[in-house]
Amino acid sequence: MSNAAIPTSAATKEESASALSFYGIWLIAAAALVVLPLIFSSGGSLTSFSLIGIAIIFALSYNILLGQTGLLSFGHAVQYGLGGFLAVHAMNAVASHNWPIPLPAIPLVGGIGGMAFAVLVGWVMTKRAGTVFAMISLGIGELVASSSLILRSVFGGESGVTTDRTSLMPLFGWTFGPQIQVYYLIAFWVMISAIAMYALTRTPLGRICNAVRDNPERVEFIGYDPHVVRYLAYMFAGFFAGIAGGLTAINFEIANSAYLGATQSGLVLFSAFIGGTAYFFGPILGAILVTYLQLGLTSVTSVWQLYFGIIFICIVMFAPGGIAGILMKHRPLIRAGTLGTVIPSYLVAAIPTLALALGIILTIETVARFSGGDAINLLGIPFAATAPTTWVTAAVLLVGGFLVARITWRRVAEAWDRAATVARDRGYLA
Amino acid sequence: MAELIVISTLNGVLFGMLLFLLSSGLTVIFSMMGVLNFAHASFYMLGAFFGFQLTRWIGFWPALVIAPLLVGVVGMGVERYGLRNTHKHGHVAELLLTFGLAFAIEEIVSMIWGKSPVDYRVPAALDFPAFTVFSTNYPAYKIFMLVVSVVIFIALLVTLKRTRVGLIVQAALTHPSMVGHLGHNVGRVFMLVFGVGSALAGLAGVIAGPSLVTQSDMAALLGPILFVVIVFGGLGSLPGAFIASLLIGLIQTFAVALNGSLASVFGPLDPSLGPSPLTDIWNVTIAQIAPILPYLLLVLVLIFRPMGLLGTRES
Repeated sequence: MSNAAIPTSAATKEESASALSFYGIWLIAAAALVVLPLIFSSGGSLTSFSLIGIAIIFALSYNILLGQTGLLSFGHAVQYGLGGFLAVHAMNAVASHNWPIPLPAIPLVGGIGGMAFAVLVGWVMTKRAGTVFAMISLGIGELVASSSLILRSVFGGESGVTTDRTSLMPLFGWTFGPQIQVYYLIAFWVMISAIAMYALTRTPLGRICNAVRDNPERVEFIGYDPHVVRYLAYMFAGFFAGIAGGLTAINFEIANSAYLGATQSGLVLFSAFIGGTAYFFGPILGAILVTYLQLGLTSVTSVWQLYFGIIFICIVMFAPGGIAGILMKHRPLIRAGTLGTVIPSYLVAAIPTLALALGIILTIETVARFSGGDAINLLGIPFAATAPTTWVTAAVLLVGGFLVARITWRRVAEAWDRAATVARDRGYLA
Repeated sequence: MAELIVISTLNGVLFGMLLFLLSSGLTVIFSMMGVLNFAHASFYMLGAFFGFQLTRWIGFWPALVIAPLLVGVVGMGVERYGLRNTHKHGHVAELLLTFGLAFAIEEIVSMIWGKSPVDYRVPAALDFPAFTVFSTNYPAYKIFMLVVSVVIFIALLVTLKRTRVGLIVQAALTHPSMVGHLGHNVGRVFMLVFGVGSALAGLAGVIAGPSLVTQSDMAALLGPILFVVIVFGGLGSLPGAFIASLLIGLIQTFAVALNGSLASVFGPLDPSLGPSPLTDIWNVTIAQIAPILPYLLLVLVLIFRPMGLLGTRES
């Protein structure tokens, strides 16, 4: 499921086996989507799965820009939000005119909305890549978010536009009232979109996108216009973001200006980058993790967004390949059979790193709850935010953990180098 | 009308000079290091909150000096331990690091000081009307802000044009690698420039805090406008940043002060349609569209002059 990063020699050698595992992965994914709600059937988990599904499409669409084409966008939520608004208006129009259009077709309308906006502004935006594109995307994002509050008749002002998903014509007896039916609708679109986006990476367009990301000048020399390629990639990303927005509109039966805002754009960037942009499955992992954390942490701590920021900063500084990058780094070692030599040093490094993480958490929670006076519950041990013992514990964990972790991670790097050398000798690592 | 023009011009120049305090640092940092510092507006916010806290503890005047220095130290730390280590992963990683920092700083600030505005007041020594124009009392504190930003502007100009450090910085604006080849400790210059840039942002925060609202979302509100300023002026051009700062400061201030709408100008021609986007546009006042004017300008500039007003570099 990875993208062009695999060398071709390895690919031809295991072609038949990899074809089997390739289709196997997609079939397993489809089966998992079908079976999941049967295992976890509570209302809460159904809602979580629905949100995660939408987040996956959104993060994957973002990765068409960041991972495939090298365009860093700070305003991807614009297409998502506009898709959501168009979907809501479409649902209301369909319901009031009694058009024979079933609900599962509505996300497509959202996708077209996202794409239409991308077509409209994309040509100017994608003139240049890099920092300039990042700034323009930010500016356009702010422009649309602020305009949405002015154009009240379309965007419904602060309260947004509401709809009723059950008012559309039922399909095979499904009214899409219960959450389980909405879940399957979302799961269907997740599968379709993921396959489509994966297929997109294998087309000549997908390949030339990678080339534009890596070296636009050479792309120009072989006769392609990087501007056109970026424009096309931007349109596709807008289309799939619009689908995600349309699904959100169906899921919540409302579209409001928060969908378009900077927070939403930031979250999708976090998802894609934490998951890892170099591999197709990276943003999927990131979307699952970020949505799960978002849902899980909000009940535990009031400063969950700070933890997001810290995780993101750590990923940027220490593992810019994201989670997928970390996982895939180990593949040659597994094949060469030298992973075992690295694991002991990992286990040693895990202890001080865990202590450091606990120290950071304790410090943050102490500051956050100092005035409120709530007790902190860390691994079942209660701490009082106002007690000096808590401060000392936090400081010891923080400083001690940091100093020891630094030494142990140096050991990890050494063990890693030895294992990589062996793997290289055995021909599994370039 | 004359009153409105005088007052709005004063306020606009003031806002423009504040923007320039921020955009000058951002531009120099961008030109030298190729990093667009997303956290620059966060340093401005840190300055305001440090200023607020220090004013409570030791008074406004010491805070005016110490708070920017503290922010400068934070900035140097970010450069030394964050950006320098991330540099090997490329510019996107650096940009993302500052993005994450901006996010984290906002959360930290709202964790410590809360999400509602803090009570950061104008110091008593400056809390009087400086002069009266027509019927409006113009506060002395705003004149003080104007004086501080003009003094800093002149100091910056002299440093850049007349000193050795300024010469190196100027050279690094256009030929960063050549400066390194000439044997200057580029790492230290970067750290210093980053520190000074952050300190300037911090200073802007300290003096703007009492006059504007000191709140944990002030960075998120100002940050995008700041980027508009430097893209509009031309990435990497200090004079461009200066012109753009003043222009956007004036436009914003005048737009907020004006209350006209298409409906009030062409009142008798009202098309009297039902609620539609057209009537929204017909009835919207200039004050209401003030927040989106900078972004409209950005889009226009990018269509007609993609390198910005005075920019030369295609980045």
